[in-house]
Amino acid sequence: MTETRDEIIRKSTKEDSYWRGVWRRLRANRMAMISLVILILIVLSCIVVPMLSRYETYEVIPGAANQKPSAQNWLGTDKIGRDLFVRLFYGGRISLGVAVAVTALECVIGVVLGSVAGYFGGIVDTIVMRISEIFMCFPFLMICITLQTIFGKSIRTLILILAVLSWPGIARIVRGQILSLREMDYMEACRALGISNRRQIFTHLFPNVLAYVIVYATMSMASVILTETSLSFLGLGVSPPTPTWGNLIQEARNLTILQNKWWYWIPPGTMIFLSILCFNILGDGLRDAIDPKMQK
Amino acid sequence: MKNYTIRRLLQIIPVFLGILFILFFIIDKAPGSITSNIMDPNMTPELKAALQEKMDPNLPFYTKFINWVIEAAHGNFGYSYKHYRPVIEVIGMNIGCTFALALAALVIAMLVGIPAGIISATKQYSLIDNVLTVFSLLGLALPTFFAGLLLLKVFGIELQWVPIFGLSDPSKANADFLTRLGDHAYHLILPAIVLGLAETASFMRYTRSSMLEVIRSDYIRTARAKGLSEKVIIYKHAFRNAMIPIITLLGFRIPGLISGAVMTETIFSLPGVGKLSVDATTTRNYPLLLGINAMLTMATLLGTLVADLLYAAADPRIKYD
Repeated sequence: MTETRDEIIRKSTKEDSYWRGVWRRLRANRMAMISLVILILIVLSCIVVPMLSRYETYEVIPGAANQKPSAQNWLGTDKIGRDLFVRLFYGGRISLGVAVAVTALECVIGVVLGSVAGYFGGIVDTIVMRISEIFMCFPFLMICITLQTIFGKSIRTLILILAVLSWPGIARIVRGQILSLREMDYMEACRALGISNRRQIFTHLFPNVLAYVIVYATMSMASVILTETSLSFLGLGVSPPTPTWGNLIQEARNLTILQNKWWYWIPPGTMIFLSILCFNILGDGLRDAIDPKMQK
Repeated sequence: MKNYTIRRLLQIIPVFLGILFILFFIIDKAPGSITSNIMDPNMTPELKAALQEKMDPNLPFYTKFINWVIEAAHGNFGYSYKHYRPVIEVIGMNIGCTFALALAALVIAMLVGIPAGIISATKQYSLIDNVLTVFSLLGLALPTFFAGLLLLKVFGIELQWVPIFGLSDPSKANADFLTRLGDHAYHLILPAIVLGLAETASFMRYTRSSMLEVIRSDYIRTARAKGLSEKVIIYKHAFRNAMIPIITLLGFRIPGLISGAVMTETIFSLPGVGKLSVDATTTRNYPLLLGINAMLTMATLLGTLVADLLYAAADPRIKYD
């Protein structure tokens, strides 16, 4: 009798564990699941296509400049004869790679500063929040442009600039969460037990903040893709010949290409649009799944 | 309220100076001195030194910064050597276009986005709500440059309904004021729609969620119980309270509008501040870049301030002391 009851409790806690619940609610959200599948497909094809393609990313095919889409070159070739199909997916690697790197870096900076500000409060909090205000009021695109001009257009600088300019968003969310969490009884117990500050932050506070960080990171992927492609479109992001989705669509600033050669700009535009759309929907879905109270 | 206004105004000053300091520091460390762009290789070394002394004297960084701030406070942002004019004049010549573009986009966004959000909220989960929600999702995900290219292709190149670049038709340069104004408006239609697209989507989203929240509140139930008509309930009772968060949205949209304007002006070759700044980076015109950034930062800060103050003024429940 006792055993069965224990078993029932064990079973139900296992089934109702927090992340299991999140996954169950997310799976019920059809739009979010479709987005997730599309995103996985995009990522996989960006990894696989350049490996399997018979053309290299930078390879100039002799005598095949300005070709229309054909059986050999599925999306045609550009003005010097590079295969646009393989460049589209290789560009995806760079664009998505930049987005992942920026999001990761921004979350690390933001979570650390946000937790420190929220946990210690007082003067530390004031300083961190003032700095974050300064960063939030930067005319974002302008600063990117300025810094890119000055530090040169490498992928590494681009990642650093974007991450350094975007951390306040997540820092403020984390700080707010921690401010409310630290007033809770279990944190009181931690302090009473004399657990070290670092352990309190990373073992007891951070797991409770993680859900919000994941939602934020998903949304951030969308906005970083948008920023990177916008900068590349202006010719101020990653410099050619490295393809990114923004660099590829940038060709359409040329009127003849816009007029007659859809295969230059429609495919990268669609990829940018699709991935931003899917990250947004997935982020919404995750938020609803993580916080059922917020559900529409 | 008065104290709050004053305190918020005072808070802006350190933030603004902080941003200016970082900007100035970055630009000071930038490769290529201000003078290297205007120096002729045939100049004598004495002339070069004199010019260097005049344009970019060898002073410590903080002295230069303080001098710049004092000069800027008097309206002197330096000299744009590409245009042979003071920075402030160059910005002044270009800001009208950007302002008109941003304003038109904002008006479109409010005229379309807010009613759509209200309809969507009052008919939650209906077919029209779903359609509008899908549209707002698509609108938010469509990057400005892709939307611009697509509309340019369809309405400018294929259908030829609107001009594809510039702000005015050269043949109408000597026409009377009204004709020129109409010409500008004609050139700005498509750019304003492009810039307004994302704004419309976000206005719709915010209006919808704000309306939904208000509709569920007790006083709306009371209004229904009194037997008021649905129209009066929605547009008189609910709308007023639902608008409060939307007012703040107006102030916070300024940075988004600015970066959107940069893209739109580049695509449609409009002579605005956005295009000016892109050109300034490619020509390394640092005084101009600094001036534009200072101005846009101020606009962003004031936008946030105005949003906060409007919020406090519109909602008497919020007390600031």
